[in-house]
Amino acid sequence: MSKPSDTPKVSNLNDLLAVAYQVEIDAVERYNVLADQMETHNNPELVKVFRDLARAEGIHGEEIRRLAGDFDVAARAREIARFGRGDSPEEADLGSAHYLMTPWHALQLSLAGEKRALAYFTSIVETAKDPKVKTLAAELVEEEAEHVNLVHRLLLRYPKPSENWADDLDPPVSQE
Amino acid sequence: MTMGASPSISIAVVGSGGAGALTTGNSLLEAACGAGWHGLFTRTMGPQIRGGEAAGLLRLAIQPVECLPDHFDLLIGIDWLNAHRFGAEIKIGPQSLVISDPRGGEPPPMVTQSGARVVEIPMKDLAKAIPDGRPNMIALGIASRLLGFTIEQVFAPIEKRLADKGPAALEASLAGIKTGREAAAGIDFDKQLAAPKTSSTRRWLLSGNEAAALGAIRGGVRFAAAYPITPATEILEWLAPSLAKVGGVLLQAEDELAAINMIIGSSYGGTPALTATSGPGLSLMIEALGLATASEIPIVVVDVMRGGPSTGIPTKSEQADLNIAIYGMHGDAPHLVLAPQSVGDCLFTTQWATYLAESLQAPAIVLSDQFIGQSRAAIERPADVAFIGARSVATNITGTYQRHAMAANGVSPMAIPGTRGGQYTADGLTHTERGTPTSGAGDHLAQLDKRRDKLDHFNFGDHWASVEGTGDLAVLTWGSLTGAAREAVGRAAADGIDARVVSPRLLLPTLPERMATALKGVKRILVVEQTHGGQFHKYLRAHYDLPGQIRVFKRPGPLPITAGEIHRAIAEWR
Amino acid sequence: MSTANVTLACKPADYKSDVKPIWCPGCGDYHVLMSFTRAFAQLNLPPEQVAVISGIGCSSRIPAYTNCYGFHGVHGRSLALAAGLKVTRPDLTVVVASGDGDGYSIGGNHFLHACRRNIDMTYVVMDNHIYGMTKGQPSPTTEPEFDTALSPGGTGVRPFHPLVVALASGANFIARCFSGEVNETADVLAEAIRHPGFSFVEILSPCVTFRPDEKAWKDMVHPAPVGATSDQGKAARRLMTDDGFNLGILYRGSRPPFQPAVGASNIDLSELEKDFEL
Repeated sequence: MSKPSDTPKVSNLNDLLAVAYQVEIDAVERYNVLADQMETHNNPELVKVFRDLARAEGIHGEEIRRLAGDFDVAARAREIARFGRGDSPEEADLGSAHYLMTPWHALQLSLAGEKRALAYFTSIVETAKDPKVKTLAAELVEEEAEHVNLVHRLLLRYPKPSENWADDLDPPVSQE
Repeated sequence: MTMGASPSISIAVVGSGGAGALTTGNSLLEAACGAGWHGLFTRTMGPQIRGGEAAGLLRLAIQPVECLPDHFDLLIGIDWLNAHRFGAEIKIGPQSLVISDPRGGEPPPMVTQSGARVVEIPMKDLAKAIPDGRPNMIALGIASRLLGFTIEQVFAPIEKRLADKGPAALEASLAGIKTGREAAAGIDFDKQLAAPKTSSTRRWLLSGNEAAALGAIRGGVRFAAAYPITPATEILEWLAPSLAKVGGVLLQAEDELAAINMIIGSSYGGTPALTATSGPGLSLMIEALGLATASEIPIVVVDVMRGGPSTGIPTKSEQADLNIAIYGMHGDAPHLVLAPQSVGDCLFTTQWATYLAESLQAPAIVLSDQFIGQSRAAIERPADVAFIGARSVATNITGTYQRHAMAANGVSPMAIPGTRGGQYTADGLTHTERGTPTSGAGDHLAQLDKRRDKLDHFNFGDHWASVEGTGDLAVLTWGSLTGAAREAVGRAAADGIDARVVSPRLLLPTLPERMATALKGVKRILVVEQTHGGQFHKYLRAHYDLPGQIRVFKRPGPLPITAGEIHRAIAEWR
Repeated sequence: MSTANVTLACKPADYKSDVKPIWCPGCGDYHVLMSFTRAFAQLNLPPEQVAVISGIGCSSRIPAYTNCYGFHGVHGRSLALAAGLKVTRPDLTVVVASGDGDGYSIGGNHFLHACRRNIDMTYVVMDNHIYGMTKGQPSPTTEPEFDTALSPGGTGVRPFHPLVVALASGANFIARCFSGEVNETADVLAEAIRHPGFSFVEILSPCVTFRPDEKAWKDMVHPAPVGATSDQGKAARRLMTDDGFNLGILYRGSRPPFQPAVGASNIDLSELEKDFEL
């Protein structure tokens, strides 16, 4: 099987917008999935955190769509915005979720995502030939940098939890 | 149709080591039925796969035959090797005629102690004198002469059987038959059948298993999953080419667990489906029968009962799967259980079972047994009944589809995969009306009520049972014993005893009110069943109000319960 | 696999139902659900033309989380149910979902025969090397030294090698994926569905609750060193020697799928009765 490249190749402005859009909506999807999980598993504090993160990413996505004007970023994204080996950079890794997770954990997930997005857009700045692409990529880098700062500030509110944060005195239940 | 005191003639042919006794018996059946008589033929054999001792048991009459005789009028022993095994099944007496080959070994006690007249004919030697001659053709000739058949009548089935064996085989058989007829020329045998009635309808000759298979197809079954087991395999073997001819499919499964799940899958996809098995296979299928019940998927499982428990007696009949059919599933799982009453009734009952399963979205177990499953009988061509499966299907679905929605008659329309908007996940887990899993008390109760009520509120009509006769004594039986019960009641009538036969065809759901009506005025109930533990009796006591006194005539297999024994039980109960 | 309506343009979200999964947060099966929906969207299959059949276990809960037709049957028998469905409804796309317990233990016999029969369907086993739903008993793929309450000190029994068994039994397409690689898995699933005959896709899907050690899987998986082969001998050697973490399509066979002609013939029932007439 020929291995698809792990990150999408971007050679023009519209393609970069499409990929950036996909990054955001993938993040929205993941955060909503996590919020649903937290709701089903009775962790209301985290429901709010993830819904807030989903909303924030959604706003970013809308901004990119507006930037694109008439160009259908969603359709183009379906064509080219394919990430491999664990998916889109800003996506929260569902595998790191835990029903007892605390806001600190959620923010760590978000931070990791933002940093990956930052690194991805930085790589485009470095490798892009088209100056328009370089410029937009640089703007996206700044945006992501602001997001990273925001998450760091939020983290100041939530201390790292103690070692036994995942302790649950109740045993697991077999449903079948 | 009741035999009552009408005359019949019964013949047994015994032989071993490839003697072909069964072919003789079958050919006699075909000859008689081809000439207009009715008959019932069954076989009994030793445990070997080939070359074992075998006996063909045949009863011929002018009316349809539904049970074996109390005793045989004619016994032909091609040889007597290991024939003592059949002693309990082949009863002969001073009125019987035995044809014995002097070189066929020592006649067993069933012959020597019977008082029967024994005439020796050297069948083996006579056969040897014919090129490629066979002793069973000699025997066939002897029987045909004694019974008064013409040579054309007796040769017709042989011609058909050996059609592709070439002219030499046919010649040898014809020569054998002629020789046998000559050898029997001087023998005094005063039993002859009255001339056959001309039938207005076409008549068929088939086994209960074949009848069940055709009934399934008539009922709309177009998929069968097959795992072979004695004595049910013939149902599946008949279905294999037949389903293909009508655009259906038979798939061989790796085991019964696969077979039952395959038919659930087929039915879920919209294709009515059936499998056939016996006791051990039914045990394996119980879990999935529960799944079909809980997820409301129609399926039909034919259980051709054999001697149990466990591996039991695979080649003999018994009625001891009643318990597992009715009570086998864990949880409260109302479903359908039906039982055919004769070879011919296997067709109607399987067709009806398919119709009921489809209409009520529930599994139906059809309790046939080895006796009617593997016996061949002549029957009037069954009428074309308008019982083709009537599944309620959901179409034009709007909103969120509720697979198990409450309904007045308890039946909720089923969305067939491919129907837009009808997507749902069928589940064995207790579910909501939508079908999603729940552990809530309200939903659980509502769905339990729905599945019970849909069966209890259905109008099963008059087919639920055979209720015949008047009188304050009722013979209460089921399945293959119905024929013997009818004959016994007929004989009792000739003695001036007025008795009824009540035989439920529908065993589940129970219809206590209908049974009460059937037993109105009854003061004595004779329960007759072929079990050791009295399963039918206990079932009756659990579910119905039984008036008056009850006597239970129960005996496990392998021996059939004869009309004579039931008649005696009736007569003795004054 | 059926031909989809090409004017339809389904998005992955169209294949998700509104039912919230009960899987533990962190469970790999959430990723698998994403891969399912992305694969169906890639193939543009109308949701009502897809049937997801399962048995019992955490992985087997997946049908109700999709917007397709589904059947949550009894333990270990999903392949048989799917066979009955597909053979009578060849127009449907049938996907069977299972786990290492449901599929390789109680379902083991049906696994052999499903590969052998080669009916056109796709079998997805979410393998987490444990019985999750019943709280942590060893499965046929659990490492022999893994300690559990039911097997203190480990079973001491060698794990089952499902891909080798599948090859030996006749599976027409064999692949291994990792749940964390959502797009790769989606691509493999799409190809598995497209591939005629019995396609077997094992997805390593970590159990966050009973196998937290499986978090390490994301660093242990790697693409298989070579692309798929259609040579059974080569495939056998490769599968027998892999470390259990080779990802990708590993074998592509060319056995024609088993599908009897349904509805091809339709004689009058009276023709069947002729056999019995006297």
